[in-house]
Amino acid sequence: MFLYVLSRIARALITVALIITLAFVILRMTGDPATIILGPDAPPEAYEAFRRNWGLDQPLFIQYLSYFAAILKGDLGQSMRDGRAALDVVMERVPLTLLLTVPALLFNLVIGITAGIFAALNRNSWIDRAIMTASVTGFTVPSFVMGLVLALIFAVKLKVLPSGGSETWQHTILPSVTMGLIGAAIIARFTRSAMLEVLGQPYIRTASAKGLNWTDVVIQHALPNAAIPTLTIIGFMIGSLVAGAVVVESIFSWPGVGRLLVGAVANRDLAVVQVILILIGFTMVLANLIVDLAYGVIDPRLRHSTPAK
Amino acid sequence: MAIADETRSPSGTASVFTAKSRASAFFEAWPPVILLAIFWIVAMLVLIAFGNFFAPQSYTAMDLQARLSEPVFMGGTFSHVLGTDELGRDVLSRLIASIRISLTIAFLATLVSACFGVLLGFFAAFARGRVEQAILMLIDAQAAMPFMIIALAVLAFLGNSLPLFTILLGFYGWERIARIARGLAIAAQEQGYAAAVRDLGASPLRVYGRHILPNIASTLLISMTLNFPEVILLETSLSFLGLGVQPPETSLGAMVGYGRDYIQSAPWIMLAPAAIIVLTTLCISLIGDWLRDKLDPTLGK
Repeated sequence: MFLYVLSRIARALITVALIITLAFVILRMTGDPATIILGPDAPPEAYEAFRRNWGLDQPLFIQYLSYFAAILKGDLGQSMRDGRAALDVVMERVPLTLLLTVPALLFNLVIGITAGIFAALNRNSWIDRAIMTASVTGFTVPSFVMGLVLALIFAVKLKVLPSGGSETWQHTILPSVTMGLIGAAIIARFTRSAMLEVLGQPYIRTASAKGLNWTDVVIQHALPNAAIPTLTIIGFMIGSLVAGAVVVESIFSWPGVGRLLVGAVANRDLAVVQVILILIGFTMVLANLIVDLAYGVIDPRLRHSTPAK
Repeated sequence: MAIADETRSPSGTASVFTAKSRASAFFEAWPPVILLAIFWIVAMLVLIAFGNFFAPQSYTAMDLQARLSEPVFMGGTFSHVLGTDELGRDVLSRLIASIRISLTIAFLATLVSACFGVLLGFFAAFARGRVEQAILMLIDAQAAMPFMIIALAVLAFLGNSLPLFTILLGFYGWERIARIARGLAIAAQEQGYAAAVRDLGASPLRVYGRHILPNIASTLLISMTLNFPEVILLETSLSFLGLGVQPPETSLGAMVGYGRDYIQSAPWIMLAPAAIIVLTTLCISLIGDWLRDKLDPTLGK
């Protein structure tokens, strides 16, 4: 178990380093930041001063190391719009995004897993078909269409919910439901196939042949085994929630990290974009690490085996 | 009960002795939903190829006299079948132009991602050892990061242009193709035919390009089909946010994006392209799933 945990943590650290490297590569290799930020018409002295200020006259490798060191110290530069520390600009938006994504995640796990299990247990019945049709539709409807259609129905036609803003708790409903519905479609489909795979296994037949009633077979033998592949998708889910938040926050004028990112990209506020990139990378790696460790807890086979390659 | 279904032979394979009408045999091989999906995709292809014949007007032609006029089925006139937008441009003409741009970008991007993925996957299978580990680590890092965020970061740093945007989208999904290509190539290179050609002195380029690639092409093609709708969703999302295809060009996502300001007064501007996006991605996904089940039941999602 100890080795397993250690190897997972080492892997997570390497991935974080890779993401920071990616941010550096995108930042430095894809063009001269001086021209991008100052524009092509700036006087040569301005370029010179800019390069000196940001250490761009140093060799690339030194730049890379100092970039790494600065990030470890928590120094991620200033927002080019208002001169405040980019980290602060981003961090003050984080709670607002969590206010949408956490309920959305719970919503899509509860609805998605229940629907998936239900569909698998009633395979080929009309329940299964209905759930799968809803799931495929949810899969192919982009979040901005889903969000706008919900806004059209509940805000424009029925006038029961606000269409944008962040003043009251009612404002969280449409955005979280939009993200939740799309996630639920993905989870339902995945849970169903995991469940069907498990139900076809010999040990299920054995359990039911030895006279266990079907409910106990499902609860004791099928569900824990189907939970293992479903866990994997949760790490992936968090990624799609983050991407979904970018679109959904923009639709519903929600002042979270996603909308900040869209604004920063449009204004080319590079420091803010880079902080968000690293923050999301870090979140994803952490989420995947937790999922990996949860595997070890759920699946005893992994705990005792040697670390996987 | 589920077990009973599992133990019997799959219900799809009917016995040879079953008398079956030709029509039912045909629809078993080609389910009606799939036929409809194929029909839709063919219609889209025709629009891409000959869109200009169908477009009543130029997609940038403005008619400020006829701003926000309704489509025919909402009480409008036949001069603008699907109505007009906030600048009096014909929604149908814009829709056709958008379909052409969006689907062409998605197609090119899928092609780029397949080439890149196959190349890296084969290289990993060929080199093994450290190189393979490095490629696998790159695949894991890519899979850990939502691509949309990376795409936004790149757009922030590089600015936007149509070719750049297409190439950027071409990086979407490469890691899945690379993983599949590597797995298949490792399995294929152990087989007799690959060893035989290698022993005859063929270069690795020839072994992989002429012999292994054709043998695993069907599986790769299916994973491309499954990648394609996701690229459409990504492109339309970015264009919706105003960070993808830039005016005067138009895309399905950009149309929805501009249309959302008129969601109350003129919902048709936004609903028409939204419906096209949903139907097209749905049809391609259905065809992809169907192909996968038909050609290669072992390929899991």
